Amino acid sequence: MASNGGFQNSGYNNDRPPSSTGSGDADVATDPASSSFFMNDYKKHDDLKQMLDTNKDNLKLEAMKRIIGMVAKGKDASDLFPAVVKNVVSKNLEVKKLVYVYLTRYAEEQQDLALLSISTFQRALKDPNQLIRASALRVLSSIRVPVIVPIMMLSIKESCNDMSPYVRKTAAHAIPKLFSLDPELKDQLIEVIEKLLADKTTLVAGSAIQAFEEVCPERIDLIHKNYRKLCNLLVDVEEWGQVVIINMLTRYARTQFVNPNRDDMIEEESEKAFYGSDEDEEKEDKEEEEDDKPKKKPYVMDPDHRLLLRNCKPLLNSRNAAVVMAVAQLYYHCAPRAEVGMVAKSLIRLLRSHKEVQYIVLSNIATMSVKRKGMFEPFLKSFYVHSTDPTHVKLLKLEILTNLGTETSISTIIREFQTYITSTDKEFAAATIQAIGRCASTIPEITDTCLNGLVRLMSNRDETVVAESVVVIKKLLQMQSTDSVSQPQEHKDIIVHMAKMAQDITVPMARASILWMIGEYSDRVPKIAPDVLRQCAKNFINEEDIVKLQILNLAAKLCITNSKQTKLLCQYVFNLAKYDQNYDIRDRARFLRQLIIPGEKAGAFAKYAKKMFLATKPAPVLESKFKDRDQFQLATLSHVLNTKATGYREIPDFPEVAPDPTVRNVEVPTAWVADTNLLAQKKKKKGGKVKPAKKKSFYSDEESEEEDEDEEEEEDSSDETDSSEEDSSEEEEESDEEEDEEDEKPKKKSKKVEDEEDEESSEEVDSSEEEESSEEEDEEEESSDEEPQPKAKSTKAKTGATSNAAMLLDLDFGSTVANPAAVGKSDFLMPVLAQDMSSLSIGGDTGRSTTVTAPSFIPTKTYELLNRITGGGLSITYRFTRTVSIFSEKMASVELTLTNSSDKPVLNVKIGDKKLQSGMEIFDFPEIGNLGVGATVTATMGINFADTTQPATFDVCTQEKKFSVTVKAPVGEQIQPVNMAENEFDKQQGKLSGMNENSGTVDMATENTDIKTISRRVYEVANVVQVPSMQDNTYKFAGKTLSAGALVLISVKLDGRKAALKVNCEKMVIGSMLLKDLKDSMTKKD
Amino acid sequence: MIHSLFIINNAGDVFMEKHWKSVINRSICDYFFEVQSKAATPEDVPPVISTPHHYLINIYRSQLHLVAVVTTEVPPLFVIEFLHRVMDTFEDYFGDSSEATIKEQYVVVYELLDEMLDNGFPLAMEANILKELIKPSNILRTIANTMTGKSNVSGTLPTGQLSNIPWRRTGVKYTNNEAYFDIIEEVDAIVDKSGSTVAAEIQGRVDATVKLSGMPDLTLTFMNPRLLDDLSFHPCVRFKRWEAERVISFVPPDGSFRLMSYHIGTQNLVAIPVYLRHNISFREGSGGRFDVSVGPKQTMGKTVENVSLEVPFPKSVLNVTLTPNVGKYTFDPVNKIMVWEIGRIDPTKLPNIRGSISLQSGAPIPESNPTISVNFTINQMAISGLKVNRLDMYGEKYKPFKGVKYITKAGKFQVRT
Repeated sequence: MASNGGFQNSGYNNDRPPSSTGSGDADVATDPASSSFFMNDYKKHDDLKQMLDTNKDNLKLEAMKRIIGMVAKGKDASDLFPAVVKNVVSKNLEVKKLVYVYLTRYAEEQQDLALLSISTFQRALKDPNQLIRASALRVLSSIRVPVIVPIMMLSIKESCNDMSPYVRKTAAHAIPKLFSLDPELKDQLIEVIEKLLADKTTLVAGSAIQAFEEVCPERIDLIHKNYRKLCNLLVDVEEWGQVVIINMLTRYARTQFVNPNRDDMIEEESEKAFYGSDEDEEKEDKEEEEDDKPKKKPYVMDPDHRLLLRNCKPLLNSRNAAVVMAVAQLYYHCAPRAEVGMVAKSLIRLLRSHKEVQYIVLSNIATMSVKRKGMFEPFLKSFYVHSTDPTHVKLLKLEILTNLGTETSISTIIREFQTYITSTDKEFAAATIQAIGRCASTIPEITDTCLNGLVRLMSNRDETVVAESVVVIKKLLQMQSTDSVSQPQEHKDIIVHMAKMAQDITVPMARASILWMIGEYSDRVPKIAPDVLRQCAKNFINEEDIVKLQILNLAAKLCITNSKQTKLLCQYVFNLAKYDQNYDIRDRARFLRQLIIPGEKAGAFAKYAKKMFLATKPAPVLESKFKDRDQFQLATLSHVLNTKATGYREIPDFPEVAPDPTVRNVEVPTAWVADTNLLAQKKKKKGGKVKPAKKKSFYSDEESEEEDEDEEEEEDSSDETDSSEEDSSEEEEESDEEEDEEDEKPKKKSKKVEDEEDEESSEEVDSSEEEESSEEEDEEEESSDEEPQPKAKSTKAKTGATSNAAMLLDLDFGSTVANPAAVGKSDFLMPVLAQDMSSLSIGGDTGRSTTVTAPSFIPTKTYELLNRITGGGLSITYRFTRTVSIFSEKMASVELTLTNSSDKPVLNVKIGDKKLQSGMEIFDFPEIGNLGVGATVTATMGINFADTTQPATFDVCTQEKKFSVTVKAPVGEQIQPVNMAENEFDKQQGKLSGMNENSGTVDMATENTDIKTISRRVYEVANVVQVPSMQDNTYKFAGKTLSAGALVLISVKLDGRKAALKVNCEKMVIGSMLLKDLKDSMTKKD
Repeated sequence: MIHSLFIINNAGDVFMEKHWKSVINRSICDYFFEVQSKAATPEDVPPVISTPHHYLINIYRSQLHLVAVVTTEVPPLFVIEFLHRVMDTFEDYFGDSSEATIKEQYVVVYELLDEMLDNGFPLAMEANILKELIKPSNILRTIANTMTGKSNVSGTLPTGQLSNIPWRRTGVKYTNNEAYFDIIEEVDAIVDKSGSTVAAEIQGRVDATVKLSGMPDLTLTFMNPRLLDDLSFHPCVRFKRWEAERVISFVPPDGSFRLMSYHIGTQNLVAIPVYLRHNISFREGSGGRFDVSVGPKQTMGKTVENVSLEVPFPKSVLNVTLTPNVGKYTFDPVNKIMVWEIGRIDPTKLPNIRGSISLQSGAPIPESNPTISVNFTINQMAISGLKVNRLDMYGEKYKPFKGVKYITKAGKFQVRT
């Protein structure tokens, strides 16, 4: 760090443009040579302050850049705080951004001054630009000043209702920040998290789960309702979110589902007890499974458990190593044994990645390979060591190779090991010898070969190699002799050889090992042993402690077996030890002396000395260092470190009995059956009207559909419609759907309507839908008869299905009169589409006590879309039908009336190019093939205005011409009515106060002050519904915006001829526009 | 998750720090230096270091250590992957990620770091989105900015962030529409003394440079997709389509990106394009002899180019005196590494290098011969035999210019002697 000073002058200042006026001063000030003249810190930053105080943006920017340079380098720039904080209001975005960066760094230290900036952020939180809102929230929540906790809380609460998912994502990030600042707020934050968890956008999902993990990981109950949604969204979430979600779901699965390997496990244990071996687990398992099946009740996996595994599988092909590893650990911890194997291939692929990735992946593989040998056996060669690998990678590879060794593969492994021993990396060579020892001990067939090889290594020139071999040989011999006591002469030559080497080897551990061995097996080398002791005694004082202890041991043992020759030597050694510097050695000597050479007061133990010293000792077990690592969840920091890291959560054991699976049901399945029956009946009526011309495309869909059904029995009816609908409306996705039955589960709704659709597909929609409707009905019955369980399951996923279906039924049967145009050919798609629409919306607004209801009034006002003259005889008008769009519930239904007043038929009328604002969507009306002379046709299209007042611009094409048209929606048409109780209304109104409230008064004609007129006037303007009110002269209306679902509350309070109007809506634009429209409507004369 | 980041150069200089949560004093790096001093080479520093209160997760790349500080349990790969992405982004923005570049571009670097993480959790990592938030600086833009007074920072949210295809921005326009695909395969192999292959794998990748206007939808098909068994895709690739039809269908990001990478494992038969004939021996006292020749093998008629050999001699070697018949050699007496640059292999005149090795006097003769690393490039060939069948574009009307290039390179190609 000494060189920091020098570097400071060279780098970091170079961004300064030479023309800048301030730069001259700056040079003088930061130049250490000149500033040392003054030795004044204040002086040093003076120029920067001046630059910040100017009005010129480029000077400010320059100053900020240099300040950021100081921050980046870790130099103290806190004294500039007052000068910088003033610039938080700067209009220049780049200055502003840099000020934000500075603020997050220093606000904590300068809390009082930091408060000056808060109001700016609060204002920015209301900015129409979502990027500015988000960055304001980011900075506000990053300022770690306890005083602003309430403001932060408020901002977070507001932002999580923001219509921009980007802002909501930022809100999710802000939650843990606030939590770390004030843990007392936990309960409030959990409420916010709950809300964000229910969010349907993929952008938010990952961050919401991260907030959940940091604030309330124990509240697993919050996940239940979102579980299926998360599983289904997983593939589309960004990579980092995927990692977090998979980790959380692993924990979830371990608490909510039963062990898929339960049956195997019981068997395995008993097996082990019998044979005491844990090899070939894989094989045994398979056999067991076969044997067991008839006896035991077969394990049936919870469909939700399966859903998780299935949806995670494609992520194994992610480019992000963390995602692949997360999936691998999920499978390892939660999947049936037979399926775990498939993760191996992907893990092997990761091994070619950066060396750090390699290290982590290898350590995880090492753990897995201890228990699941078979998984990685085919990839044995991928673990061969390259000479350029870093040492830690080499050691891990060695570990894995050792773990993988079996009778068949061991010879190649040992051959490979032999080349490793010659490696110049001595640490690695030593580890290889240990690995050979481990192989030899686990696979009895090769023990002798290994021993011979190791003995040869003892003549190696390298000392570490020799020493390591000695230690390993000692262990192996010990194991062998416990196994085969019958052959005492065995390995005599090895011991003799080692005894001869005793004096040449200098590595203490190896010397100690040799001495111990000679003592232990002195009966095999009765002539040599005393001589070794003699030599050691000579050199006793120069030995290392560990060697000294072993010399004492050797002396004691020899003294017992061969006291005639060695007693004196022994005494000599003990005497030397008595005065040793190390107390352990002194103690040991004293203890041994009492046992071996008892004095006059002989202890009672002396006669047992032989038993004590020459008892057969249990053989050491050579096992993997990774044997116990699997107590930690794979892929975690704790696993890599092999200790519990802060904040590590134990991976829970599977429960004996699975907790109630119905908690994951998103909706109570009552009332559904009745609805479907009705729908089915309805469909039956319409079933016959299939246009034969369009059958072809439809049939191809149908075929694949049937295949799917065969493949998957669990498939329920809603999924069927879902997939077929996808097939037809999205050609691209078609094949995906057909092939991959795994993803047939409800899709997120946003996918359904895509801009890429072309005319052809929209045509197909109705034909296939029609057919589908008749098709589906049978299935519906089937499934409800045979599988009550999955049936219930299917209904759960459908949020708000009941309410929507009920409403649509209403529309179909009752409102046909009020809605005459809807009787066109498109209307009978409604039930089917609506049904699958609702099944598509996963985890909808169950939290709300409000329900969408039918419109109270359908306006008849029509607007002109295309003039007869400009359209060359084709005229189009449109009106808002106020029905829930069949295409998406976020869309407003627009009914087009096309009239051909020219003298020849107009062919192929359809929608062409669309020029839409971001967030807006259009669902085309089906192409009209032939519009005869004088004919009038109606068509329905859906437009999602995204809660803006922007018009939707698109082209209407005929065979010859193209007309650019715009549809402008009055704000009132972008609302759908919701039922609400009065107290709920008041509560919501209370929440939406302040800037979200718009009010005004109007004078009305006296004859207009009755309730009927007022409600009519309101209905004309906005698609809302009246809330029953207890108060006199106060009329309340409620609705919500189509796209974002923001509440719109209208109240009219009459006071004589004056009416006080109040509109509450969190979308301020909508609120104010609506008030204006209402005022106009109220005052107009009939 | 990620608390702080320190960037340290080889000299042990902490020249940049960034904190996403509260500030952690840079003295935390002392723990890192302690571990670093124990490691023989910078590569040997363990990626995860535990300190009493923090955990340091580090990577070493471009002569720089990036040390991330975390305080709680976090998947280590998450952090490692992130750090590598940071470096990727720098390389993408500035062309390289060396210390000098980072110091020079510190403002952009700092803004990027600020944008990438929020509260330690990745916020915007996709290169396309970042480029819209913070425009990469080039000379042209710098001039334009000074003229117009515009800044590098964008004021609006990139549309990609919100759309279903976050990797591509809308409104891309090119006058020349072109799409290039480079299929690059690296052969990892271990060849033993006798010349037989111990292990061989192929690591392939398809790097694309796509400059197409609008929202093109591309489909890439291979002649022999069966070869590809284990692969990873850029998020833009429709995985199900691949599973079903073995075609790669995607809406590409704008610019250069890695479309996919694949791995052909040891189970498959891998062709080895070069062979080595070697005779290296050490003798007591006098030193040793060195004689190596290289030749092509299984190259399907293509020439082997950019061939070089790297021989790490044992430490007891003092010097080597060699004479190559092709190319030239250098010997680094400190690291004892001999590099022989051959260039193209002419099959009629096989490159050979021979000469003597001198050992330090008194040093015992080395017991093992060095492992030779081989480098080579073969153009116009993918060693696995992978071939692109066709590339189709949907969704746009113009005719793009398309190109595919094949290259085979040596990865970790080692010959044990």
